[in-house]
Amino acid sequence: MYSEKVMDHFSNPRNVGEIPDADGVGTVGNPKCGDIMKMYLKIENDVITDVKFKTFGCGAAVATSSMATELVKGKTIEEAMKITNKAVAEALDGLPPVKMHCSNLAEEAIKAAITDYRRKKGLTEESSSCDVCCRRCEDVHHHLDEEE
Amino acid sequence: MSTGNIYFDHAATTPVKREVLEAMLPYFEEKYGNPSSVYSIGRASKKAIEEARESVAGIIGAEPREIYFTGSGTEADNWAIKGAAYANMKKGKHIITTSIEHHAVLHTCQYLESDGFEVTYLPVDEYGLVSPEQLEAAIRPDTILISVMYANNEIGTIQPIAEIGRIAKEKGIVFHTDAVQAMGNIRIDVSKLNVDMLSMSSHKFYGPKGVGALYVRKGTKLTSFIHGGAQERGRRASTENVPAIVGLAKALELADKNMDHHNEKLIALRDRTIREIEKNIPFVRLNGHREMRLPGNVNFSFDFIEGESLLLMLDLKGIAASSGSACTSGSLDPSHVLLAIGLSHETAHGSLRITFGDGNTDEEVDYLMEVLPEIVQRLREMSPLYEEVSRK
Ligand SMILES: Cc1ncc(COP(=O)(O)O)c(C=O)c1O
Repeated sequence: MYSEKVMDHFSNPRNVGEIPDADGVGTVGNPKCGDIMKMYLKIENDVITDVKFKTFGCGAAVATSSMATELVKGKTIEEAMKITNKAVAEALDGLPPVKMHCSNLAEEAIKAAITDYRRKKGLTEESSSCDVCCRRCEDVHHHLDEEE
Repeated sequence: MSTGNIYFDHAATTPVKREVLEAMLPYFEEKYGNPSSVYSIGRASKKAIEEARESVAGIIGAEPREIYFTGSGTEADNWAIKGAAYANMKKGKHIITTSIEHHAVLHTCQYLESDGFEVTYLPVDEYGLVSPEQLEAAIRPDTILISVMYANNEIGTIQPIAEIGRIAKEKGIVFHTDAVQAMGNIRIDVSKLNVDMLSMSSHKFYGPKGVGALYVRKGTKLTSFIHGGAQERGRRASTENVPAIVGLAKALELADKNMDHHNEKLIALRDRTIREIEKNIPFVRLNGHREMRLPGNVNFSFDFIEGESLLLMLDLKGIAASSGSACTSGSLDPSHVLLAIGLSHETAHGSLRITFGDGNTDEEVDYLMEVLPEIVQRLREMSPLYEEVSRK
């Protein structure tokens, strides 16, 4: 059911780990629904110089995390903010329909980490606490219902 | 044993035994007659079905006329529950079942709820056991049917069926049991158990898929399920799947004959695996009951990791296993059985079911125990939930 790309990123995930002195950290998801992504960013002059992740989740969650880290590395914050869930899924040669929400999670993890960075820098008031993740299970089920 | 194809998912389905296949083959090409036809090859097919019926009946302590062949275990469950509900609806519209039934029973009950029936879903304890006292207390004057599975497909817990049968008999309520997972693993005598209806499915005991049987005690009121011709005494119409029925009977005969050996072997593999996982991997929980448990069933929750990732990692090492019921895999909800025994969603997401069968060996368990601890460790190191624990 998964593409070769997904299986490659699942079995050899890139950039797994933590960055102890990260400039931005974003956690999204909810263990209740079976997935959490935590993304660490190192940012210099608005450019993402290093990125690491930790994920609790299915094969697609691990693969999208891994792909998302590849996509943001070396990008400016502005470019990274524009990465969409669709772009993550496409870079993996697609995801099964029931797993599309994992790519949303990847997009949200990037955004949450950048928001955290901006907040730490005093660039924004916005908090990076996860309002999104609390809705997640219902969102997921909503998607599933629509497919049936 | 290095890598390879190791099948640890016998609760999902089993391979067809060679002898079963050989018994089936003549009924495809040579003896293809319609059992309802009067000429000789028709009669040969009819005879094969009747012999299969006698054989199945003999094994479970029933009379041949109490055995009806169906298109699957799911069909047997649907028929038993809807058939008894509609046949008895003038008496009452209340049904008692459990919260850990297979979807073949649960969704059928939910359907009946949409048609005006009331259903009580009994809770289970942390081991997955139904309490006969609670069941007795749930009985009402309008209760017409009790359906409790013999053994659970996910956690392997075996229910006190004889005790429940005694209560049902005392109260004069029809009692159905889904014995799909029990058949071939437990010796079953319907007369001693006081069950009125029992479902089985051939592909769980080394027979072909797409064929099952329903035992219906003489005198049990049941509406017909498939309307049409006069097959199965007019109660389950459609030209019989002769090779499959022959295969089911042959498979059950073999299972019955080999049961002691089968159980001894599977229990040894099971207990060793449980012991070694508990010894070698921290933060695990055995799901199900330690003694009242199907011989080949191992079900663990591994904290901080997610089951699908675990299955994919095992698959990459050539091991086929399952996380919750295979039927659940399309949904994102953790298994209703694991939630019913009190697991949190997180813990339920991290479950692994290994179900052994006749073909498995000690060497395969050696290999499992070589790769599983590493896989669990690797996934935990990737998991944000594990961070706090590992820091300590
Ligand atoms: C307990 C239980 N009941 C019913 C079924 C359904 O049987 P079948 O696959 O023959 O429809 C299964 C198998 O998945 C089962 O494990």
